[in-house]
Amino acid sequence: MDFELSEYQRLLKDSISRLLSDNYSFAARRGYMQEANGWSGKLWDQYAELGLLGLPIDEKYGGFGGGPVDVMLVMEEFGKVLALEPFLASIVLGTTAVTLAGSESQKSMILPAVAAGQTKLAFAHGEQQARHDVTDVTTTARKEGNAWLITGSKSLVLHGDCADKLIVSARTSGSQRDAGGLSLFIVDATAAGLVRRGYALRDGSRAAEIALTNVRGEPLGAVDGGLPVIERVIQAGIAAMAAEAIGCMETTSAMTLDYLKTRQQFGKAIGQNQVMQHKAADMLISMEQGRSMCMLAAMMVDEQDAEERAHNISLAKVGVGQAGRAVTQSAVQMHGGIGMTEEYAVGHYFRRVMTFEHLWGDSAWHLGALAAKIT
Amino acid sequence: MDLRYSPEDEAFRLEVRTFIDENLPADIRTRSRHGYGHRKEDIVSWQRILNKKGWAGYSWPKEYGGPGWSPTQRMIFQEEIMMGNAPEVSGFNITMIGPVLMQFATQAQKDYFLPRAANLDDWWCQGFSEPGAGSDLASLKTAAVRDGDEYVINGQKIWTSTAHHADWCFALVRTDPHAKKKQEGISFVLIDMKTPGITVRPIISIDGSHHLNEVFFDNVRVPVGNRIYEENRGWDVAKFLLGNERTGIARLGKSKERLAYAKELAREVVQHGKPLIEDPAFRRRAAQIEVDLKALELTQLRVVSAKKKEAGKPDPFSSILKIKGTELLQETSEFVVDIGGPLAMPGWAKELAAMSNEEPYWPDWAPAMAGPYLMLRAASIYGGTNEIQKNILTKAVLGL
Repeated sequence: MDFELSEYQRLLKDSISRLLSDNYSFAARRGYMQEANGWSGKLWDQYAELGLLGLPIDEKYGGFGGGPVDVMLVMEEFGKVLALEPFLASIVLGTTAVTLAGSESQKSMILPAVAAGQTKLAFAHGEQQARHDVTDVTTTARKEGNAWLITGSKSLVLHGDCADKLIVSARTSGSQRDAGGLSLFIVDATAAGLVRRGYALRDGSRAAEIALTNVRGEPLGAVDGGLPVIERVIQAGIAAMAAEAIGCMETTSAMTLDYLKTRQQFGKAIGQNQVMQHKAADMLISMEQGRSMCMLAAMMVDEQDAEERAHNISLAKVGVGQAGRAVTQSAVQMHGGIGMTEEYAVGHYFRRVMTFEHLWGDSAWHLGALAAKIT
Repeated sequence: MDLRYSPEDEAFRLEVRTFIDENLPADIRTRSRHGYGHRKEDIVSWQRILNKKGWAGYSWPKEYGGPGWSPTQRMIFQEEIMMGNAPEVSGFNITMIGPVLMQFATQAQKDYFLPRAANLDDWWCQGFSEPGAGSDLASLKTAAVRDGDEYVINGQKIWTSTAHHADWCFALVRTDPHAKKKQEGISFVLIDMKTPGITVRPIISIDGSHHLNEVFFDNVRVPVGNRIYEENRGWDVAKFLLGNERTGIARLGKSKERLAYAKELAREVVQHGKPLIEDPAFRRRAAQIEVDLKALELTQLRVVSAKKKEAGKPDPFSSILKIKGTELLQETSEFVVDIGGPLAMPGWAKELAAMSNEEPYWPDWAPAMAGPYLMLRAASIYGGTNEIQKNILTKAVLGL
């Protein structure tokens, strides 16, 4: 057991932290949101130069061969500033799918371009009717001659609006909610028959609804054998976004603490009131318990035992989700009116943590999954 | 970063578990599982079994007869003791007075007291709290007035756990009533409980048990040589004592054991013709407890691992362990009593004694079920209330 960071991990954390603190003031972020993609192209290039975009990619494909803990460190830093760039979508979700399921030629075609920042991936799995049910897929793929043609629609595809390639799940056999019969396909984002509608989420990050009509796709991994890959992509996403949520909690906690020390009412700082102090202590406790669970998630991403992995990721999703709600709700409450405003950052962090909670199974859903397994 | 236990730690856990399995008498285990407190003779005999093995002073270095374990091993040991329903090693003897003696006592005192503490030849109790000094401990008034080679002690201690079993008491007494700061007029003394003038009066707790006491001192004469460290510097000793082994305060193993017990009971207890464990509400509650246990376990590992590097420094993060740990002790014991429901409501104790020759007409798990739930309301009060722990976090971590 060892909670220490390696020399490399410390350097990684420091360099990303420096880059972001120089470039990601809340005002600068507002500017990035106005750019064409809704995030900073210039910073994306700098991430590529730093080697961040190849972080979890095998060295063989031009990456750094980093593990889930490295991803955790980076995501936490992104969370602290509410970074808008498609790191989660492309570098975590996208490369996990390609790494786990891709053929040698697919990996050497896609991953080096992703690591260099030239290609962006998105993971198009969820559908509007599915809510949190991972196996609920109505999009279908059928083979015509040598070509696979995909028809259906995908919802809340993170950074699906700017991606160059989409990893699309589709049903190749079975019925709507079957665990079997799911397959993954690599789809060119500009392919004929594909229509994207991009929008901003409540937290300002970008996503897309994607409609596919007889769109050509290339199978990624075994046809009909997609579910285990889909699950692992989602688990990697949960672990990474949990770290981002912890970063969000850190900043909101620091802002709240600062506010408690400076805001004067009744002739003294409001932080001198014990009721506020204990609320702040509760925030700290929630955040640290959440951080422990975030570490658990990172540790479990590469766990080989699928049941053990799913179980612990569910524990972590609930733990970080509940901590996130507690911390960000308290932050808004303790800020009073200013915490309710668009111009102040706390509300933005609140919304990002809300997004985390509602992606890939909310706390209630994962508690249900845990409860179902009790013997 | 690697959050897994090392193979050596896993092997150590197995060794401890096997030892407990092979050496803990079955009746002690069952009584504990059902919620009865441990009897004095059970605690003593178990600690002597451990001492024979060299494990009683589990947190002590080798030079004082301890096993010289790492913080992780100590944590594993405690957890296995609790999960195995063995009596916990006397905290007063091992983690409180033991380290104080090692740090501050004369060689003669160490040679005399430490082996006796490990073997529970002396049962120690703690004379800190007073009617007017609870959370505000430094307000204590029990007076020690120097008379030649002796202190004459007058006053009252309260909430003194197991004073009625105790051979010795380590106590904070006021030796300088005129000190500028109230912390500066306090001394730390060892008091033989057989000394004339000491009266122990029981306080019966919310669960009907006798655990707590009031202790009265009426012209009790204690040799000056029984003072530990300098006169009027007892507060430093107390801070040292309270800063020791705070990581154990979460008692995580006990909560894990209670959850396991709750699930076992829920397989037996039937409602609507089905075992309670099939009730979705029950399962959800168990799942939530599992989430909270896991978070606490990892936070505890983080604190223990940080302690390895900065040994001896009290870590304010142990306040998080105290708060979350005691909340879970309360939640898990509440879970158990909720499973018992009506069957857990009778106060069976007297009737049990009177009808000991009859066939029991209640499940054997029912009579003591509510006991831990009632008694563990104290968990968020003792050892510094959870509100005081939040004050500590507020000042030491948040700087408010």
